[in-house]
Amino acid sequence: MTNRGRLSGPGRLTKPGSLSGPGGLPDNGSPAGPGSASATALAAEPAEVYLAGDEVPGGERLSEYAKQHQLAPASARPPALKYLRMLWQRRQFITGFATASNVAMYSEARLGQLWQVLTPLLNAAVYFLIFGVLLHVSRGVPDYITFLVTGIFVFNFTQRVCITSSVVMRDNLPLIRALPFPRGCLPLGYVIIEFQQLLLSFGVLFVIILAYGEPFTWYWFLILPILAMQTLFNVGCAFILARWGSGFDDVSQLLPFVIRTWMYASGVIFSITTSLALVPTQSLYNHKHLAYLLQINPAAVYITLIRNALLTSQRISMPGYHAFNALKCSMYGNPAKYHIPPDVFANKVIYYSSYCKPIVTQQALWGYAAGWAVVAAVIGFFFFWWAETRYGRG
Amino acid sequence: MAEPMVVVDDLHVVYRVYGSGADKGTAATALLRMVKRQRRPSIREVHAIQGMSFVAYKGDAVGVIGRNGSGKSTLLRAIAGLLPPEQGMVYTQGHAALLGVNAALLENLTGEKNVILGCLAMGMSPQTVKERYQSIVDFSGVGDFINLAMKTYSSGMGSRLRFAIASAKNQDILLVDEALATGDAEFRIKSHQRIDELRAHAGTVFLVAHNLGEIEETCNKVIWIEKGRIVQAGENVLEIIDAYLTATGGEPRVREPK
Repeated sequence: MTNRGRLSGPGRLTKPGSLSGPGGLPDNGSPAGPGSASATALAAEPAEVYLAGDEVPGGERLSEYAKQHQLAPASARPPALKYLRMLWQRRQFITGFATASNVAMYSEARLGQLWQVLTPLLNAAVYFLIFGVLLHVSRGVPDYITFLVTGIFVFNFTQRVCITSSVVMRDNLPLIRALPFPRGCLPLGYVIIEFQQLLLSFGVLFVIILAYGEPFTWYWFLILPILAMQTLFNVGCAFILARWGSGFDDVSQLLPFVIRTWMYASGVIFSITTSLALVPTQSLYNHKHLAYLLQINPAAVYITLIRNALLTSQRISMPGYHAFNALKCSMYGNPAKYHIPPDVFANKVIYYSSYCKPIVTQQALWGYAAGWAVVAAVIGFFFFWWAETRYGRG
Repeated sequence: MAEPMVVVDDLHVVYRVYGSGADKGTAATALLRMVKRQRRPSIREVHAIQGMSFVAYKGDAVGVIGRNGSGKSTLLRAIAGLLPPEQGMVYTQGHAALLGVNAALLENLTGEKNVILGCLAMGMSPQTVKERYQSIVDFSGVGDFINLAMKTYSSGMGSRLRFAIASAKNQDILLVDEALATGDAEFRIKSHQRIDELRAHAGTVFLVAHNLGEIEETCNKVIWIEKGRIVQAGENVLEIIDAYLTATGGEPRVREPK
């Protein structure tokens, strides 16, 4: 980097000990004091070089001298690859930081670590009460409760990562200011914290769905690659939001509203793959493009894939599971037209959504899942790395 | 030939301070301002460092003195790379650790976790951390408090532990901003020894302190700054400190002849 706007003054040399007169306070004139940082004041004569040995040139050549001795600007960003290696080298710090924070999180609550399990349970209970019992939006979705709880737990992972990482840089300001380390460790640590929470809430989830009579199948192992991709996607989100949130408090204020909108649009509570898109009276039936966009949004992709892996009822009612059958698909969309009694619909016809044409196929969902993960992680990494030297200011 | 560790080349630092004075700070005024597309009136610019150039070498302990608000902390934060230069540049060999007066690193975690995680963050291997753990804890002298959350520490204990952690690695550059002020006499002696060790390991230490005796004992060079500019700097530590005391209306220090 060069010194822009510097007047080239003659190189002046000050040996140690040869100083300006003792007790001489500087001129308290124009450039001092707040509010006077004008361009002219900045472009003043280069300052005298203090404490320098004989070999140090003055004025313009001081930066050259620094470079000759392999000194780098204090606020220099390491190259991206080196930064990645530095992060990998700090992996013990990242996981240790996450585990310790997780243990300390509920240390002041009387129920302590029990909250790690209670929080997801209460979350599921609230949504079940409102949407399952009071509002009856379960129409058109078989086994609505397991559908709902799975969706909430999966979405909660991404949601928590986004919200916590938006304040990560400001929460850890003392650490950032005190010790030199690659700042990317912190958002990564927060993702690990939420991943550990996710493992616990998935334990709860398995108990709930087994209690509801869901059989254990080999499909369950599909959640491993899906969660891996979702985690990678969350890493990207965490990097992006950590940088945005480091500058302004406005981001973390606005975020809950954005995320709630995202949740409703991702089919956590309603099915955007079946009922909303396949029933003629529902909102998405005549807007296939919108339905497509909603179904390929990353949260919806991961939620749908995990539901199809864990829940048999979801897997066998996924559009495209059976070959297209216009009559059966139509029966699902408009049972009244075919005079289907409610109990027959609930036990049999509700699964006929699998005879409809899928808007996004199961294979395409896997493709999008991998795509979103890679795109988010790469963009997030570079976006965060770009501002590496700016964290901790303020 | 001495090797430079820090080269400060005609450094200017300008702060932008938000939310001071004029703004009434109500939602209505904020909205009006956005509608009128005005800048926030409350942003004020403070020209905190107004052109400084100096060089610090391996093994130097540089004391920085000056009145409150003269730019001492700003200078240290600029060397740590935490403040962008408005003009000029700070060049360093390696990264700097900055110890300020804030109480904790990870305040919700125990002292033990702070030691382990702090060392890992600085890039030590888990093996090294295990080896050095006990010596760090002993050095800090916090005793049984090591198992309590760091937010429960007194300011003295907090700064002892943080100093112990940050100096556990032979830092290239250690910036100490009044972090030793809250320590007791015993800790001050220990920290001086540690700073001497760092200097012997070719590290460079910057020390900001209002306790001028501390600067005298620890530093081989001193920089006196006023209003963002260097007034005097050099190896004649005692002379400069006396000149500073005279200028601020105090008496020269009485010293025991050595």
